[in-house]
Amino acid sequence: MTVQASDFRFLADFMRDAAAIVLEPGKEYLVDSRLAPVASQAGFSGISALVQELRRSTHSPLAQKVIDAMTTNETSFFRDAAPYQHLRKAVLPALIEARRNERALSIWCAAASSGQEPYSMLMMMREEFPQLANWNVRFLATDISQEMLQRCRAGTYSQLEVNRGLPAPLLVKYFTKRGIDWQIDERLRSAIEWREFNLAGRAWLGLPSFDLIMLRNVMIYFDLQTKRSILANMRKVLRPDGYLFLGTAETTLNIDERFQSEQAQSSCYRVRAA
Amino acid sequence: MRALVVDDSAVIRTVLTRILAGLGFEVVSAVNGKEALEKLEVCKRPDLTLVDWNMPEMNGYEFIRAVRADTRWRDMPIMMVTTETEMEQVVRALAAGANEYLMKPFTPEMVQEKLAILGIAQG
Repeated sequence: MTVQASDFRFLADFMRDAAAIVLEPGKEYLVDSRLAPVASQAGFSGISALVQELRRSTHSPLAQKVIDAMTTNETSFFRDAAPYQHLRKAVLPALIEARRNERALSIWCAAASSGQEPYSMLMMMREEFPQLANWNVRFLATDISQEMLQRCRAGTYSQLEVNRGLPAPLLVKYFTKRGIDWQIDERLRSAIEWREFNLAGRAWLGLPSFDLIMLRNVMIYFDLQTKRSILANMRKVLRPDGYLFLGTAETTLNIDERFQSEQAQSSCYRVRAA
Repeated sequence: MRALVVDDSAVIRTVLTRILAGLGFEVVSAVNGKEALEKLEVCKRPDLTLVDWNMPEMNGYEFIRAVRADTRWRDMPIMMVTTETEMEQVVRALAAGANEYLMKPFTPEMVQEKLAILGIAQG
């Protein structure tokens, strides 16, 4: 199955308008691999027929399915060693010290995808910072994809998924085998508030302030203007002594100079003092 | 870095050897637990051992118990790589002394990520 040029142009415009995601020429293979299953499941003869239906309405359940499919990313538990090490060794100890009087922490995973990142962080916090059990920890995880959020809430992972990056002692401690899949404990699932959120949208006013924000491996999909707007909004919801993590291949450099690198290897940033 | 790969399947031994060699390991292999114990006696101490569960003569579980009972190998990182995918088996392997557990089928990335967990290579 190959994508026709006119269909690709339509999908690129649709993804830009609906989710501020940039699909540059050359990404036809991505459209092909992501949307062929959607077309087939929805009973279309191919991507062309799916696009034809999408042209009729861009606010349908089908449109949401297309957004879901195009924004879903491969991930793993504890993806990249550096950020988790920096969280463990520096960031969480510093935040726990700074908030010792109020005994409250607020954390936001802004691109939760299929949930491995928030669950990895939560497991790490339970294992390494047991004192937080008596704190008021607010853990928000958001994603643009409703389908992903449903997966996150269910907390069910395939064997291939738990094979990726999850230490076996944590599998034993926090998961239950359900048929051929593995489900994470209800205690962890209910410790996270899952919410739909479009980073390129306008719902930022409803957000509280955060001590720690994970914005990993999502900025790469946005154009420069959207990146600038997202980082400016992040500054507004990040507490002055808070921390922002980007993906290890991402940077605020030449996008938002108000952020300064706190630790380059883990792509950890803080807001410069005014 | 040296690795010992223990599996009765020639295909799996070849696949794991290729993956580990690509990560800079010098690899020695054995077809069952008994042969692996013999290799441990004569070869240089491996930095990592990957062992299958179901093998003739001596299986991976028995191998891990034997290795952990010997003070020379008590701290050697061992990962079980197996088609056994029930929770009970993971628990048993860890209790016997396995440091990690990888379920077949696996990809090179999964092996690399597990090595990162063991602090042996960057994932």
